[in-house]
Amino acid sequence: LDSRLPLVIFLHALTPAAARDEFQEELVIRPLHSGDIYASFQFRTLWDTDFLQEGQKVSHYRLFPKSLGQVLSKFSVRELHISFSQGFWRTMQWGQPFIPSPPGAELWVWFHDTVSDVDGNWKELTNVLSGIFCASLNFIDLTNTVQPSASFKPLGLGNATDHRFLRYATLPREIVCTENLTPWKKLLPCGSKAGLAVLMKSEKLFHSSFHSQAVHIRPICQDEQCSSKAWELRQTLNVVFDLHTSGQGKKEWSLFKMFSRTLTEACPLASSSKVYVDITDNPELFELSPATPLLGQAVVLGDRRTYSVYDLSRAETFGQLRSFNLLLRDMLRPLLHAERYVAGFGLQTGEIHTVIYNNHPYRAFPVLLMDSVPWYLQLYIHTLTVTSKSRDNKPSYIHYQPAKDRHRPHLLEMLIQLPPHSMTEVTVQFERALLKWTEYTPDPNHGFYVGSSVVSALVPSMVAMRTNFTQDQPLFSSFVPVKEESSYFVRVYTEPLLVNLPTPDFSMPYNVICLTCTVVAVGYGSFYNLLTRTFQVDEPSPPLSKRLANLIRRIRGVPLLT
Amino acid sequence: MGLLSDPSRRKVLTGLLTRLNTPICIVCYLAGIVWFMGLAFEPFTLRTYMSENAMGSTMVSSGERALSLAKEFDAHKRQAYDGMPVEWLVKAMQSRGLEVFTQSFSRKLPFPDENKERYMVRGTNVYGILRAPRAPRTEALVISAPCSPGDSNNQAVGLLLALAQYFRNQVYWAKDIIFLVNEHDLMGTQAWLEAYHHTNITGMEYSPLQGRAGSIQAALSLELSSDVITSLDLILEGLNGQLPNLDLANLFYAFCQKLGVLCTIQGKLQRNDWDTAEGYTHAAQTMMLMVLKQACGRSWGDHGLFLRYHIEAASVRGINSFRHYKTDAATIGRLLEGMVRKLNNLLERLHQSYFFYLLPSLSRFVSIGCYMLAFGLLVVILLLRALDLWVHLGAPALAAVEGVTEAQQPSGPGVLTVLTPVVISHLTGVALYLLPVHLQEMAVEHFPVSETEAVVLTAVAIYTAGLALPHNTQRLLSGEGTEQGWKVLKLTALLYLAVLLGCTALINFSLGFILAVTLVPITASMTPHMPKALSALVMVLLSPAFTVLYCVFIYQELIEAPVSVSEGWMLFLSVISQGILDHALYGSLVYPLLALFIYPCWLMFWNILFWS
Repeated sequence: LDSRLPLVIFLHALTPAAARDEFQEELVIRPLHSGDIYASFQFRTLWDTDFLQEGQKVSHYRLFPKSLGQVLSKFSVRELHISFSQGFWRTMQWGQPFIPSPPGAELWVWFHDTVSDVDGNWKELTNVLSGIFCASLNFIDLTNTVQPSASFKPLGLGNATDHRFLRYATLPREIVCTENLTPWKKLLPCGSKAGLAVLMKSEKLFHSSFHSQAVHIRPICQDEQCSSKAWELRQTLNVVFDLHTSGQGKKEWSLFKMFSRTLTEACPLASSSKVYVDITDNPELFELSPATPLLGQAVVLGDRRTYSVYDLSRAETFGQLRSFNLLLRDMLRPLLHAERYVAGFGLQTGEIHTVIYNNHPYRAFPVLLMDSVPWYLQLYIHTLTVTSKSRDNKPSYIHYQPAKDRHRPHLLEMLIQLPPHSMTEVTVQFERALLKWTEYTPDPNHGFYVGSSVVSALVPSMVAMRTNFTQDQPLFSSFVPVKEESSYFVRVYTEPLLVNLPTPDFSMPYNVICLTCTVVAVGYGSFYNLLTRTFQVDEPSPPLSKRLANLIRRIRGVPLLT
Repeated sequence: MGLLSDPSRRKVLTGLLTRLNTPICIVCYLAGIVWFMGLAFEPFTLRTYMSENAMGSTMVSSGERALSLAKEFDAHKRQAYDGMPVEWLVKAMQSRGLEVFTQSFSRKLPFPDENKERYMVRGTNVYGILRAPRAPRTEALVISAPCSPGDSNNQAVGLLLALAQYFRNQVYWAKDIIFLVNEHDLMGTQAWLEAYHHTNITGMEYSPLQGRAGSIQAALSLELSSDVITSLDLILEGLNGQLPNLDLANLFYAFCQKLGVLCTIQGKLQRNDWDTAEGYTHAAQTMMLMVLKQACGRSWGDHGLFLRYHIEAASVRGINSFRHYKTDAATIGRLLEGMVRKLNNLLERLHQSYFFYLLPSLSRFVSIGCYMLAFGLLVVILLLRALDLWVHLGAPALAAVEGVTEAQQPSGPGVLTVLTPVVISHLTGVALYLLPVHLQEMAVEHFPVSETEAVVLTAVAIYTAGLALPHNTQRLLSGEGTEQGWKVLKLTALLYLAVLLGCTALINFSLGFILAVTLVPITASMTPHMPKALSALVMVLLSPAFTVLYCVFIYQELIEAPVSVSEGWMLFLSVISQGILDHALYGSLVYPLLALFIYPCWLMFWNILFWS
């Protein structure tokens, strides 16, 4: 025994990376008020280690994907959030999503405060991520990157407030498809071989009304005392299936119909693997087969919901978990909702309208509105108006960073108090810039995208919430740390805008070049001629007959004709 | 330029232009008219072709529910006493899985519209949005059907709902599709469009829209009034003579050919015998109809108002003319579905093909490069006359330089002589533009006429009064009019007219051309030395108002509904009231153009005739 003890100590000293890591997976299925089905996957890998410790290189990876770990340590990333979405989350029909994301790609990163060249790191990071996720993130450059001062706070450990270390960018045009899903699935410990990821067949996932996948990395506390730091990697995938188009009118649904797969086993590496079905709305009208003995409750997005829980790590779950027959009822109106559109016509000016709804019957609450507008829409900030209930609503905080042509976009952040049960309209006029002819996209007549604006708010909750941190909480309810009992954090993205800029007719550049050159040549040549020539009154030369006559006269010696 | 800097050659050139001025002008005028008439001759036109690559071929099938839906809609419309069955429509759209919204609007017309019998208008638009799966709400297409009073257009609403049902179950949509049923035809569309773009150009009162779907790429408007139709008519002419991209017409034509549906434009079928006289006349009539419709600057269907917002739009109207060949609703459904699917495939807005064109038939078109020459030949006459006058005005000046002492004399007429008639003519124009609508109450008090008649008759009265008013105005300031004076005035007026017509033709070729045809001959030849009575008669007969009257007669002749003189006069009066209404309700610019610019310009020439 004595001889083995030093060995154990030695092993512990040698492999600090043998630190605890664990993996959890979870699927929530929630029937929506519109008759659609919302399926949300969450995979969480927790690792009690620190990538950013000085002089310590992490090289032993078990569950945590090595490709991401290396990126984190190389670029000194404190927190990284990346999402790819195809489609628009319809807040009014579907309520709030568990994790919101804007259409297209969104990336925001907090760098460690030891980083000296943040822009350089950011540029390199986007290129690396572009390779990892097979996406066009390399189109993120300084012209579409902003540093929000208030809207994006770190979600993990640490209270960094210096927004110089924050970078935020969206690519509203990014199209998400299978080539982004495959690398995303590869980051999972079980890949798509076992566990819930088996359900992710791309032909079904992309046959839906909404698809969003995301990766969130942040440092969190290891335990309640928060004595040491752990890294959390959350991979989420949200899909909304359209019952109307694929259900042929029947409100009957099953895992197999949704994903064309059934579950056979949990991921062997997972410490927990669960399926939740939201049965809050009219549980007596639900008929789940197989029935589950487990019921769970969770407070999420200000609403207490009841869930049937299936624990996949228990063998008896795999009886015949196949078909859920659901009946649906009306849902709570979302308390916070926002939309945006371009007003006006013609190609010279326009107006961006952002409309924010507070549907809470009696509580007013403040929201942070963040707008990042590309430089080619030249905002007239003096035309900024905020009106609620047809009265002027003065924002209590405004952070505006004007754009620089071809260098950086406009950034507008405002803290607005929303009166109860009201509609608040934020308008700002803009002028469309003339681009250089090389700056147009290959399809200029399609229009130019303006990314979603972001509304972040602490919305007063309808039910009391627990704030103590427990391990049993489902993943979907624990993403954003809740600090207050009476409110919960919500982020709402508006739709991106498609704006037409004045576009030359590219189909006839040759004609244009010819015409312009001709006009310039003729105009310039003749003007130059007229301006430089010296005019002299010239004696008209005598006609030929007269000259001949004079010649003869000269020979004859007679006086010449004049 | 070398030509101009050489005094002797310049002298030769100007000499040639002044000596041959009249023959050149006559030749130009005739050539312009002949060129224009030649545009309808098939060998001179181009065959239409699809320019947009993205509209590759797709094919389709559609259900037969349209007719039963149309009947149901009709029943509910009757229950709602010929108003719009809003609740039923909302339910019908909701049950088809659309996001449904309503918008109410109201408008008091400046004076009662006697053609459509409305004054205080109040209505509701119902629209449903089909959200495309996995699309970020940035682009949309619109299918609209006006809900008209009486029996008409029920089938269009039925077809719209059937299409909505079918489209909802498809997965290939990349753009949101908005199904709009608008009340009070154009006014509903106007209210909806203004609310969608949050503008207010015409003083309409409307409730804001609750649901939007990004920037609208294209729109189709349906007008069907019977269960079976014999042919489909495509209507392109929009507000202020704007036309949608030619690819939209090509798309329609291509699908009609594919499905074997008879398709017409201006209600006229296409003929194949272009080399016979009848064939040519037919094409020329079709083209003339298009020119007349475009020139009047009103929207000939619901689509016309979309064009202002850079949304390519056309109306499709079903015609039941008791021919043998019948098409049922399912075929029209297939045709529309095909068109919408192709528009759905668009990556960019329609922009590849022409925006300025004339159509002698659906498969042939005349591009702006061809028809502008006809107009150019007419306008160059004005410039030639102006040049001639300039040379004449300059010649005594040259003589004066030689005479040294009288160097100041030529500038004698002064600015005032020219300015006074110009200002007074324009003030008459302003009166013509403003007074009819503003004086209607006073007129109704004093004369036994309705408001509409009051407006129209006031307009006619001011127009006529203008003839008496200004023709000796220059005397007010400078006493006797001089020879120099009228020449300077005519020079100004000629250049002014040339610029006016040129600008008009760039925006609305047809209007510019029609005005040029009537105005150019009198303005080019008018001098104070002509026999007064005869030339005054000719001038009045070729004045803008009479041009409108002729257009009314020609139009009636071309649509094969000839009218008698008195009917024609009544039509003429209603055209004036419609023109004023179109301006007030939708922002049509033809009435202000005629009242504020063309008429004053014509008055300036009237002034020259009575110069003394």
